[in-house]
This record gives sequence, structure tokens and C-alpha cells, in this order.
Amino acid sequence: LFQYCLSGHPTLPCNVLKFKSTTIMLDCGLDMTSTLNFLPLPLVQSPRLSKLPGWVLKDGSTFLDKELKECSGHVFVDSVPEFCLPETELLDLSTVDVILISNYHCMMALPYITEYTGFAGTVYATEPTVQIGRLLMEELVNSIERVPKAQSASMWKNKEVQRLLPAPLKDAVEVSMWRKCYTMPEVNAALSKIQLVGYSQKIELFGAVQVTPLSSGYALGSSNWIIQSHYEKVSYVSGSSLLTTHPQPMDQASLKNSDVLILTGLTQIPTANPDGMVGEFCSNLAMTVRNGGNVLVPCYPSGVIYDLLECLYQYIDSAGLSNVPFYFISPVANSSLEFSQIFAEWLCHNKQTKVYLPEPPFPHAELIQTNKLKHYPSIHGDFSNDFKQPCVVFTGHPSLRFGDVVHFMELWGKSSLNTVIFTEPDFSYLDALAPYQPLAMKCVYCPIDTRLNFIQVSKLLKEVQPLHVVCPEQYTQPPPSQAHRTDLMIDCQPPPMSYRRAEVLTLPYKRRYEKIEIMPELADSLVPLEIKPGISLATVSAVLHTKDNKHVLQLPPKPPQPPASKKRKRVSDDVPECKPLKPLLSGSIPVDQFVQTLEKHGFSDVKVEDTAKGHIVLLQEAETLIQLEEDSTHIICDNDEPLRVKLRDLVLKFLQKF
Amino acid sequence: MSYLSVLFLRPGAGQDVGRSCILVSIAGKNVMLDCGMHMGYNDDRRFPDFSYITQNGRLTDFLDCVIISHFHLDHCGALPYFSEMVGYDGPIYMTHPTKAICPILLEDYRKITVDKKGETNFFTSQMIKDCMKKVVAVHLHQTVQVDEELEIKAYYAGHVLGAAMFQIKVGCESVVYTGDYNMTPDRHLGAAWIDKCRPDLLITESTYATTIRDSKRCRERDFLKKVHETVERGGKVLIPVFALGRAQELCILLETFWERMNLKAPIYFSTGLTEKANHYYKLFITWTNQKIRKTFVQRNMFEFKHIKAFDRAFADNPGPMVVFATPGMLHAGQSLQIFRKWAGNEKNMVIMPGYCVQGTVGHKILSGQRKLEMEGRQILEVKMQVEYMSFSAHADAKGIMQLIRQAEPRNVLLVHGEAKKMEFLKQKIEQEFHVNCYMPANGETTTIFTNPSIPVDISLGLLKRETATGLLPDSKKPKLMHGTLMMKDNSFRLVSPEQALKELGLTEHQLRFTCRVHIQDPRKEHETVLRVYNHLKGVLKDYSVQHLPDGSITVESILIQATAHSEDQGTKVLLVSWTYQDEELGSFLTSLLKKGLPQSTA
Repeated sequence: LFQYCLSGHPTLPCNVLKFKSTTIMLDCGLDMTSTLNFLPLPLVQSPRLSKLPGWVLKDGSTFLDKELKECSGHVFVDSVPEFCLPETELLDLSTVDVILISNYHCMMALPYITEYTGFAGTVYATEPTVQIGRLLMEELVNSIERVPKAQSASMWKNKEVQRLLPAPLKDAVEVSMWRKCYTMPEVNAALSKIQLVGYSQKIELFGAVQVTPLSSGYALGSSNWIIQSHYEKVSYVSGSSLLTTHPQPMDQASLKNSDVLILTGLTQIPTANPDGMVGEFCSNLAMTVRNGGNVLVPCYPSGVIYDLLECLYQYIDSAGLSNVPFYFISPVANSSLEFSQIFAEWLCHNKQTKVYLPEPPFPHAELIQTNKLKHYPSIHGDFSNDFKQPCVVFTGHPSLRFGDVVHFMELWGKSSLNTVIFTEPDFSYLDALAPYQPLAMKCVYCPIDTRLNFIQVSKLLKEVQPLHVVCPEQYTQPPPSQAHRTDLMIDCQPPPMSYRRAEVLTLPYKRRYEKIEIMPELADSLVPLEIKPGISLATVSAVLHTKDNKHVLQLPPKPPQPPASKKRKRVSDDVPECKPLKPLLSGSIPVDQFVQTLEKHGFSDVKVEDTAKGHIVLLQEAETLIQLEEDSTHIICDNDEPLRVKLRDLVLKFLQKF
Repeated sequence: MSYLSVLFLRPGAGQDVGRSCILVSIAGKNVMLDCGMHMGYNDDRRFPDFSYITQNGRLTDFLDCVIISHFHLDHCGALPYFSEMVGYDGPIYMTHPTKAICPILLEDYRKITVDKKGETNFFTSQMIKDCMKKVVAVHLHQTVQVDEELEIKAYYAGHVLGAAMFQIKVGCESVVYTGDYNMTPDRHLGAAWIDKCRPDLLITESTYATTIRDSKRCRERDFLKKVHETVERGGKVLIPVFALGRAQELCILLETFWERMNLKAPIYFSTGLTEKANHYYKLFITWTNQKIRKTFVQRNMFEFKHIKAFDRAFADNPGPMVVFATPGMLHAGQSLQIFRKWAGNEKNMVIMPGYCVQGTVGHKILSGQRKLEMEGRQILEVKMQVEYMSFSAHADAKGIMQLIRQAEPRNVLLVHGEAKKMEFLKQKIEQEFHVNCYMPANGETTTIFTNPSIPVDISLGLLKRETATGLLPDSKKPKLMHGTLMMKDNSFRLVSPEQALKELGLTEHQLRFTCRVHIQDPRKEHETVLRVYNHLKGVLKDYSVQHLPDGSITVESILIQATAHSEDQGTKVLLVSWTYQDEELGSFLTSLLKKGLPQSTA
């Protein structure tokens, strides 16, 4: 059992498991924090951005000034943003048999894997994961493709050059692996390789391994996975939540009895309480709007936004915000809102009950109906006519590097009346804001991360009791910024095994049994004997068939009857066909009873001599002696086969067979 | 160690399309499949006779679970009666859409029966609610563990929104129950699908056992033509339907036709269920077909422009119109009321889009009756045109055969059909698939013997050992394995005999034989040994025969030593020694050597 770790990002994992004879990829997350090193892609020509000065080396050389721009002391790459892919060299990815996806955030690297590595397997994911994952990819591709950029910087990536750059560019890892965004045809090709699965569905892989998705409680259709054979069980826990938001609650019970539990996707903000953050979000939003300012919420088009809209639905009337327009701008805004209403079976109980009435499970349907929430594919078109201020805008991308959000940052950044509220935890808000500095606009950081925190993890581990825990190295020490917080790490016994990017782990487990089927005919022929109270034994001599990793035992074929008419020609015809299979023997032979038995069977001249270890029984006439000892019997006789067989059978009567 | 599994088929659903209710006993577990009521009866006979299941004792103790395949009343109509009036508190499984829609239809049915017909001794609204509390909703393909041994799994069945086929599995034994299903996708639903799950028994509906229906397109064109002609000549068209199911398919059909032909005649949909019903389809859009699911964001197929809600007063309006009215078999309610109003005019038409059970007005007019005796001895003369268009989404003979091909069952049992038609299909199935096919009558018990293989745990050491010997030169020979099956409590483990001894704390008892074989050979001892060695080497080609430096010979683990005879120098004594485990070979060697050495081996 091996684990190849292809990603170092704890919440955007990509691991490959070699389990029995299968190669299973667990998630393929795409690390997008790399985009923070790039300049934003403005939808409308931005004079500010185009006037940024080129970066000059300390020695005054300017050969990089076309590629790198400086803004308020930070250096950015002026090029199409690029993403940090999972490791592709650690093992041959064309040998991957299946990819298991745990949630829509953890599949963003899928096109790179399925379209560029010779991958020929199947991807498994739930229906909401696929549909919403498609929306996220569509939005990503759309927001990058609609701002074509002539320049593509690559000089700075040269190792010799990169050394000279200021942090964080200097320290950026694997820059040679960074890739531009994929295209829609590649997305479609990748998604066509997905097979839809439901929670608790058992999927057989090559007869050797069974995989099962379980509800993880984090997002619509999000799953943890059980990977098991008959005797070993690996649980892959990725992005799970115990909070009651909109998705179906997490299935914890099915994780019990794991040999290995791989734990990824914990909360990125372990010190923030999501409920408190939502409260802060609402009050900051209300305050800004009341003062005549606008609110910008950089967000993904699905996920937490549903919960935020639901909170606002309950909040706006009481906060006197009924006349403030809420805009949701994304190429997939409409689809996301529509799709959220049709996945009743993947929702929490309360929302499911609403569907039975039948009512839409999310109240944003009502916000749309009453015109309080409006959605647009982009800032162009209808939006520019309807746009009224002050307002609240939800739009992407949370990195502030591309998407409609770039426009609003440029538009509203200069006024201190406006507020940008960060709710997505994936990007450091200071890094995200860096290319917009200096800013007058207020910035509020209310990260809402509903994934497990360390208290919940330790409770979970106590509950499900895995034999071993495997996790990214980041979880085995306190966060670098809070080194004294030893409570912000995984604490369990035995201590977790940790991994980092490009490492190969050998997972501990010991397999001692395998499943085999006994065919009914063979089962009928078995003769069980009770050896001890409650324990019966039967000796089995059978033919083993193995096909598709399944083992079956059948009756041995009957020896072909020698044709009676033909006389055998050669002695060798008589050589035993199969290896003789005789059971092991156990027990001991009481000499007195043995002698009695011999006499009963017509041996009249039996003599017994004592030896150091037992007895010798002599049959004088037949010139035969039988040595009886505690754990052995030796019959020494002339070549008188009938006699030998007779003695053998008498001895066997006293012994148990195994 | 042979297992026996019995299938009882009891109330309902035998050779009759009335109602479905089947009891399956499999490996000691009892599962009730569907709990339907018969639309053709108004007395006790409408519900299954649950006293068949158990005479004494509670149903909850006897049944491990109840499974409902879909929301049609002939499959779930008796559920509140069963759970609340007869008394059952165990789990009831159905899909999410069925769980959502079923209580609405039950309430609707209760209203017609109790409020309109004034019947008493019927289940109440509260009972429907209490009954639904016992329902556990299942996902498609989810493996639901009912208890440690019993598991069930739902497959998509088409037919109506949320309809499912169920696999019931205990250990290696399994039964698949299809409920009603549809092997061709229609305008709003996909086709049924099942994997090659090889159940011991497939229980399939056989409503259209003999029909091989013409192409769907032809039927649709026919339907549209008939509706169009009637409307053109100023007639009214009545289409009795159930609120959910076929109605939506026909609405989509008419809606697009009206749009294309720019028709103005009004289309109505009766009862308050309309909008609600369509709403269910919108919220459960993932259960519809591929095309609708793909386009729903742009255009939701269940938002109709041309189809409006019906008011009772509209029935007397002059001019053409099309009305969808419930219920579908003209046995009560609004469809029957409209039918009575319109039946006298030959310009009008009634189109029956589905099957009608015996005893209903629908069944009567379809079998050609034109004078109907209504309540109060009144005679109603039917002059309007009566058309039957099979739109109900059941599998036809071709579809049933297709499903059998997909699932590869070992036995097939036909239910929910008419005896004569089933007989025809039974022969066809037995001919083509060479499996037993049963068609029990109501109240009859069918017993099927299964002979499942027994799963045991084999120690990896033993398995590896045996697999390894199979890799020796002659890998074509069957791999023989010898082990000890240890049975303790309910666990079966196959281990090596050595391990079995060890686990039981026993030591091995070695049984050894040494035989003296006399050979006439005047040569020196070592020459005799060499002759013996050459002889054995020639005969035992597949065995390892070795001549050791100390002058002895081994054949596998059998030891042969030669000594001179104490009295006769011309005779040599060969001592052949082997353990009981080599009995066959040892015995063979002694008899071989007894025959003496061939002359040529010198």
C-alpha cells in the first residue's frame, strides 16, 4: 500500500494510492494561489494598471521590465495568470486506473490530468460535484479567455533569474510546472470521462477493490471515500464539515474500523468561527450600505454564497435593506442558482422537507422573484442598464486577479465609503489586495470555512478510531504564524504519518486473509467434525480457480476411468496424476487400546516392549514392528501391501485429521 | 452446508393487473414489495389480505422491511391501511420523488373515497402522515444496509417520476423486483437500466407481455392527429390521466404541437394538482431524461404556456377544447363527471392513454360497451368516439426480454399481467434464456431453490502458497489446494493444516512407513542403487529423483536405502521410507520396485 503525494496544498490535495493491484488517484486539486503573483486582468482598459512601472534589478538592469511590474513595493508578473499543477513526474499518470473526486473544489486540475498524461481510466464523482465543478471551470475559462493578453512572460522563470527576484516570487516553487488555463473543449473532454455515483454506492474496481462515496457535509454532493477490499479499509476524508449548512450531514459511522485514514481538507482558518463570521459579514454589509457605500463580495459562484444569500434573506428586512439591490455577476450565476434547487436529495433534512411540499429548497428563489436579487452573466449588457448604487455585488474570482471583480475593485477602490468583504478562505486577503494598493476602500476579512477544525478532528478520530492517520505535514505542527498554538494541530495516538509534495509513503497495514468462495458441490462434500466445543473442522482438498481477482474453490475433477478394454502399455501410465494430498495428523495412540484393536483384527502374536520414549509393538509372525511415541508412529514391515494398509487404517482410527 | 431460499408470493399482483403486493423470503429475511390497492373494487377486496403474511404475531416482527417501487396507487395505495390500521412499524423504503408524491396521491384518493363517496372505515389524513414518517428515502444505486445481512439497492426504472427497480440481497443470494418499468426513453423520462447483477430471481411486471409496440413516434403522431381532427371539427377531447406521470409527457407533446401549429383551442388540466405536479417535476429534474436535464436552465419543459388550469364550469363552454382530467381510469372524480357531460355527442372524443383495470368505466368503454349503467340505475349512452392509445410506460415483450438480458437472472417470475399473455411470454423466456420462468396466481407460493456458494476467509499464506505451486512448469494442471476449514460461531476460515493445528494448540503426529523390498541383484550395493536410480528416473519423469552422496535415493521426500541381505548375497533389501502425507507415492514406489528392475536399465 503506497501513497504518492502529488500536491503540497492541504486543502487542494492530489494523492495516488496503490492498493492491491489498482492505482487510484484521490482528488486533483489545482493550486491557484500562484495567480497572486500576477497582475489582475482588467475587463476594461485600466490606466492605473497600464501605467505601473517596470521592475528594475538592484544593479539597474532593466531586461525584466516588460515582464515584471511594480505596485506599492510588490512585484507582479504581467502575463496571463498561471496555475500550479500537481506533480506529474512522480509516477506515470497513464497508469492511473480511476480518479475519485471528493468535492467540486478538488477537481479543478482534472483537465490537465485526463488530457495531457495519457490517462485512460474512469473518474468517479457525484452528480452535484460534476455539475457545479463544470460551472466553476466554465467561469474560470470564461474570465481568462475573455481578456486576451498578448504577452506571455517566461524569462522570469529561468532559475538564474528567479534567484534575483524579490519575495514572494523568489520563493515560488515549481514555477516551471505552472501552466496556463485549459480550454472549454478540454473541460468537456475531461468531464466526459466522469461516471456519476451516489452516496453509499459500492463500486467494484477489477474485482479487487471496492470504493464507496460517503456524504462529507461540506458542499453539495461532497464526499469522503472508502477504499476497501474484504480485509483492509482505507478512508479518505477530504473537505468534511460537521456544521449544519445546506448539504447533507457528514456520514461518520461508515468511517469506523479503518486501517488507514487519510485526512485532508481541514479548515484553513482554524481560529475563526463560521457563525460569528456570518454575523460580522451581515453587520459590515449593512453599515456600509446605510452610509451610502457599495459592498463587494469576491466569491465562487457556488457554495457559501447560498448560505450568505439565505442569511441575507432573513436579515435584509430587519436591517432595513429591502431597497438595496443585490447583484450576482458570473457567467454561470443563473445556472448555479438553478442547479442549487434541483439537488434535493443531496441537501440537509430541512431543505429536503421543503421539496416535498413542493417548494424550492433555497430561499434565493424568492429573492429573485421579488427582484431583490438579480443575476447577470457579466458587467456588460443588461447589467449596465440596471446598475444602481449603493448596492451589493457578489462576483468572482476571489483571487481578485480575473473575473468581473477586477472591474469593481478598480471602480470602487478609491472611495472609503465602499467595502470589500472577503468570505472565501482560499487566498490571503492582503496578497489579493496588493496590486490594488494604495486603496481607500474598507477591507473586511470574514473568512467562512465550514470544514473541520482541530477540535472536531480529535473528536472524529476518537469516534471512528482508525489504526493509522495520514495527513499533510502542515497539520502536524502549529501554523507558522501561531507557533505557540499547539492546539492547532492533529493530536492522536499513534502520531499521524505526514506527507509533503512529491513524497512517496508506504502505508502501514497487514493483510492476513482473502475472500474465497466454496462452490456448493464442494461444500456438500465436506465433513465437519467438532474438535473442541464450538469449533468444527473440515479438511478441504479442492481445485483453486482465480479469475478477475476472485478466488473460487471447486471439487477436484474425478479421475478419468481407465478404459476397461485397453490394457496399459507402460508402467508410467500408473504414476499418480496429482500430488497426493493427505491431511496432517494429530493425537496420540494409547498402547493398550491399540493392542486390543490389533487382537480384535486377528493378530494373535502381539508383543509390546517399552522404550525410552514409548513402546514398540511387535507382530512376530509378520516380521513387522510398530514404534509408538507421543507424537509419532513408525510402521516397519516387509513389502506386504495389504498388511501395511490394514495397519495404517487401524492407526488412523486413533488420530485426528487436519 | 447447502442453503435454501424460498419465495412466497402472496396477496395481490399475481396474474392480474389489479394491485401489487408481493412477499419475498430470502435467506431468512422477509421483504414486502409494494403495497398496492385494486382500483376495480370498492370493498375489502381493494386491499391485499395481510393475514396471509402472518396469522398470529405482529407484522413488524415478521417483516424485515417494505419496499415501494413507485407512487402509482396500485403499488402504494394500501400503505397507510397496512402500516396504521393493520399495524407495521418497521422501515419502508422508497425513492425521494416517490416519498414526495405518494402522500399527495394517497390524500387525493382518500378524499374521493371518504369525502365524495362517504365511505367510512378508511384511513385518515393523519394516518397518511404517520405512515410517511416510517419512510426512509433512498438514492439510486445507494446500497442501503437494512440490517447486518440484508441490503437493498435501487435502479432507475423510467415509468413515472421516481420509479425504481430494487435489488434485495442477503449474502450471495439476491432478488430483483422491477416494479413497473420502461425500456425506451420517452419525452420526459429516461429508460430503465440495471447492471449484470445476476440475481437468483428476477420478478418482472408483464403488463404488455405480448405487445411489441410500434414506434413511439407513430403513436405520438396518431395521438396528435386524432386530437387535432377533433378540435378542427369543433369537438371536445377528454384525456383521463393520473395527475403525475403520463400527463406531463402528453402535456409536453401537446404544448409543442400547439406552438408549432399555432393552434388556439384551449387546453386545460384539471384539479389543483396541476401546478403542484409540474413543480415536482421541476424540483426532481435530475430524475427526468438527459435532454430535459441538459436544457432546464435555459428552458424548463414543465412550464407550459398553452395549458391552463381547468374550472368545472368550463365543461359547458361551447366550442372545441382539450381537457386532461383525473383520475385516469374514469372510475371517479372529475374525469368521470366530464365524461358524463360529453359522452352523448359524437363530435367529442375520449382518449384513454393507459391501461384500465376491470370494473372501471374506462375498462368498460374500451371493451366496446356503449350503454353504461351509472349510479341510480341511470343508463348513459356513449356516442363520443373512444380511442385507446397505449402511452402508459410499461415495458413491452421486447423490453422485458432486454431487461432479462441485462440482469442475467437464474430464474424469472412474471407478475402484474394477464394469464394468457404471460404464458406466451413465459415460453419465449424459457426458450431464449434457458431459465425457469414462473407465473404464480394470487395467493400462490412459489419456492425456488438456490444453491449459493459459501464465502470463507482464506489465510493469505495458504492462498499464496497454492497460487505459487500453480506457477510450476505445468501450470495448466488444475491447482490443487489442501487446507482446513475452521468453523467457529459464524465465521468460516480456511487455513493451512499446520496453522489449524497451531491455533488449536495441538502438535502434529507423524505417521511413517518403512517397507522392505527384496530385489534379486547380484551386483554390488552401489551398482544396485544406481540401477534403481536410473529406473526411477525413467519412470517418474515429473518428480524430483535424486541420488544422494551417502548412497541413498530420494523421490520427492521419500527415502530409499539399499542393504545387502544378511543371508543371501544375491538379494538386496531396499528400505523405502515415507510419511503418511506421501502415502500414494510411497505405496506406488514399493509396488513398482517389487516388480524388479528391468534388464535394460543396466
